[in-house]
Amino acid sequence: MTGYTTVIGLEVHVQLGTNSKLFSPAPVAALGDPNTRVHHVDIGLPGVLPRPNRRAIELATRAALALGSEIQLYSEFARKHYFYPDLPKGYQISQFDLPLALGGSVVIGEGRSCRLHRLHVEEDAGKLTHTAIGTLVDLNRAGVALAEIVSEPDIREPKEAHTFLHRLREVIRFAGVSDCDMELGSMRCDANISLMPIGSDTYGTKVELKNLNSMKMVHRALEYEVRRQTAVLAAGGKVIAETRGWHDELGESRSMRSKETAPDYRYLPDPDLPPIVLDEAFVTAQREQIGELPEDRRNRYRQTHCLSDQDVTALAQDRDIGDWFELLVAAGADAKPACNWLIEELLPALRERKLKLLQSPISATGLAELLTLLKDKTLTQKTSRLVFAHLLETNVSAKQAIKDLGLGKIDDPASLQPLVDAAIAEMPQAARAVAAGTDRAIDALKGLVMRKTRGRADPGLLDSLLRTTIAANS
Amino acid sequence: MSTSPTTATAIAKAMRNGDLCAVDIVQAQLQRIASLDPELGAFCSTFDDRATANAVRLDERQKAGESLGPLAGVVIGSKDNLLVENELASAGSRMLSTFRAPFTATSLQRLELHDGLLIGRTNMDEFGMGSTTETSAFQKTRNPFGKDLVPGGSSGGSAVAVAADLCAIAIGSDTGGSVRQPAALCGVTGLKPTYGRVPRYGLIAYASSLDCVGALARTAEDLALWLDCASGQDPADATSLPTPATVSHMLAERSDLKGVRIGVPRELNGEGVDDEVLTATQAAVAQIRDLGGEVIDCALPSAKHAVPAYYLLATAEAASNLARYDGVHYGNRTEQTDPSQQSSIDTTTQSRSEGFGAEVQLRILLGTFASSYGYSAQFYERARLARRALQREFAQLFERCDVLLSPTSPTAAPHFGDHEEDPLARYMWDALTVPASLAGIPALSMPCGQTADGRPIALQAMAKHGHDGHVLQLAHVFQMHSQHHLRRPQL
Repeated sequence: MTGYTTVIGLEVHVQLGTNSKLFSPAPVAALGDPNTRVHHVDIGLPGVLPRPNRRAIELATRAALALGSEIQLYSEFARKHYFYPDLPKGYQISQFDLPLALGGSVVIGEGRSCRLHRLHVEEDAGKLTHTAIGTLVDLNRAGVALAEIVSEPDIREPKEAHTFLHRLREVIRFAGVSDCDMELGSMRCDANISLMPIGSDTYGTKVELKNLNSMKMVHRALEYEVRRQTAVLAAGGKVIAETRGWHDELGESRSMRSKETAPDYRYLPDPDLPPIVLDEAFVTAQREQIGELPEDRRNRYRQTHCLSDQDVTALAQDRDIGDWFELLVAAGADAKPACNWLIEELLPALRERKLKLLQSPISATGLAELLTLLKDKTLTQKTSRLVFAHLLETNVSAKQAIKDLGLGKIDDPASLQPLVDAAIAEMPQAARAVAAGTDRAIDALKGLVMRKTRGRADPGLLDSLLRTTIAANS
Repeated sequence: MSTSPTTATAIAKAMRNGDLCAVDIVQAQLQRIASLDPELGAFCSTFDDRATANAVRLDERQKAGESLGPLAGVVIGSKDNLLVENELASAGSRMLSTFRAPFTATSLQRLELHDGLLIGRTNMDEFGMGSTTETSAFQKTRNPFGKDLVPGGSSGGSAVAVAADLCAIAIGSDTGGSVRQPAALCGVTGLKPTYGRVPRYGLIAYASSLDCVGALARTAEDLALWLDCASGQDPADATSLPTPATVSHMLAERSDLKGVRIGVPRELNGEGVDDEVLTATQAAVAQIRDLGGEVIDCALPSAKHAVPAYYLLATAEAASNLARYDGVHYGNRTEQTDPSQQSSIDTTTQSRSEGFGAEVQLRILLGTFASSYGYSAQFYERARLARRALQREFAQLFERCDVLLSPTSPTAAPHFGDHEEDPLARYMWDALTVPASLAGIPALSMPCGQTADGRPIALQAMAKHGHDGHVLQLAHVFQMHSQHHLRRPQL
């Protein structure tokens, strides 16, 4: 239809999960009043010097290893210069020609992967708020450690970019490097996109997209940009090399600045910082800290537990989720129901309460007990949900919850018989119809008993008692 | 003052013996500053309260019989680019004329920890950029050997403060000769230690890969005392060397220079040096030979690239280091226009144009050019290569020599207004000091004579990276056998 191939490359910033900033002892915290997480170094006061955070280098190394990148044993910090009020020193400390890692890849679909160009470490800038009385500067974020991951232009459609980000996030989270929350800004993405005629091997003019604050926005902005560039080219026009900002509320991107006026960053090796010299022992130690990666985990779940692709994907989206699933199975739960309950019941319930999985009021053994009671039919699907809700609130054992709720299954004939008799007395036509051979009429009677017992009647026993009673009466 | 001991070593010893009272010392020095400095212009301000309070505490501890530190009672001036908590730190610039330091530089903290008494901040060329202290935005500093003579720079205030006995030790900083050259012009002894030996945290940066905290004093012995107290690793400075220098004890080990191999690089001992200077330094070399030194004629061919390499690297780093003065977070912010009516880049441009003097603006422009896209390979990168070549040559020379000698400055102190208007010609004035800066090696300047009209002349000694003790030892022996460092100006 269009006659063009889309070419996309991504630049992703991931906040490294350090306690203090990349070059200062100031604490890293998502919250805090403006300018309260700021050290002299972060303001760039006269006379201050950066002191490198070893932990940041460790975490960035782990991220790089988890992405299959090659660690560079000799790398260097460099200064990137530009004037902006959120950049107190007039330069950002980043890495230039000698980054921490090169190469690597991310899976973006069946048999498709996107190569990585490099991974480097840099410091974050501050935050500006434009108000009626002027622009306010908050330096809480200034100096926070970031890893910038730059992909090769291997992505061919917006959906693949979306997958790239999902998979990247998964790997980084698994490696214990960052929580990668785009909404909170601990993962940020800029995209470069261009179109080239199908069959061509010369890239078209690329446009850089900024202000992509969620995975959805990345997807939407790229789809918009494909349409926009296609229209420009179809009309015989030329795509302008520029930076465009995404305005999600308007559903469109707008030009921010042309590439012709791009600043000269005058990269210089930072004379305040010695080169980062690593050895194999350091790299090995970081590799050992990573543990199982999501792809390996998905394969293991497929093979060991015979779970579907959808299930393993859900379980491997986050290391904690998979770990919790394994605790459930270890506590005796069957894999399939364990997966379903974890993904469809527990996680949504925790989200509603703004809790993380590790803060769950229900322990893995507690949920496994519930699943066992469900399996041996002590609980029905319906009552199990009531018990689950009770467990979320009270933190008792499943058996105790059943007692508290009066939810024990009615599975002795002596208790159930009076209820069966009452149901037949209340719905005589249905009983007659069953006796006359209209078997499905029995469902009405069962439904009545279930309603009265709030689902506690053992379905098998109920069925047999209804049939024997009707047969005996007719 | 004439009966009081005037070297830091003697003062500290007398203090520890209970022969001196710190409050009296501080009072006497403040009085001397008050009477002499209006004409000399060495100090920008004095720390009367801080110095007095520290002196009172020191005297109390002495009375209580506590042992006192190695700098007890030693009054110390510090250059205006070193931070002292709650005091102004302006680096000679209008940009920072109201900047008050929130903490004290590591190198000064250590001096107070060893019972030194910081007494005030000394005038300097703006951000260390200059060789006469004339680029200071605040005041003129005069050489005590002649009121119409420049004191040298950029640590001119520190040199004058020591030369005029306004303090026993003055701290300076040396990027391309800013301690050694004013020491030479004012007839005092000055040390630029090995790069990284004394922490830079709290030193307002000029060119980070070259900046060294140094000191000026009357004797090499005092400088050794200072270095022992100020050196050592600082977690806040990633470029600081892991081991402290322990040099004072080395000075007692020698009273002659037997077996010391002395290199005299041709490139630094002839061309461009005034005859009077050369005659005096050659006489000093001869005296060193008489003291047992083995003098070796040698070459440092890369020295001819030192000045251009230095100015490209120093200005590129300076343009970067001074980018922080943007009128946004602290320092001068323009009041010329309504900030809500202009963009932040206009505010920054205007604030910098107002805050920086001409020499600083010139060097920022040079450095920006040398490091800009398309030019950096041609200028900045080539300068780095030249620096490495020079470092290699020095390393080779130090396989054959223990110390290298040259004049510190090619001329004695010129008169105000004498020096060239052409900046390139002015920069050549640094030709003898920048090689050691580029190599990061220790270098010391000591008085070794005077011109016919009485202006001081100095000899420079350089040693291998990390071997600060070698230059101090040589200077100490030289001073044991000569009087040049004892000559004082008539005030």
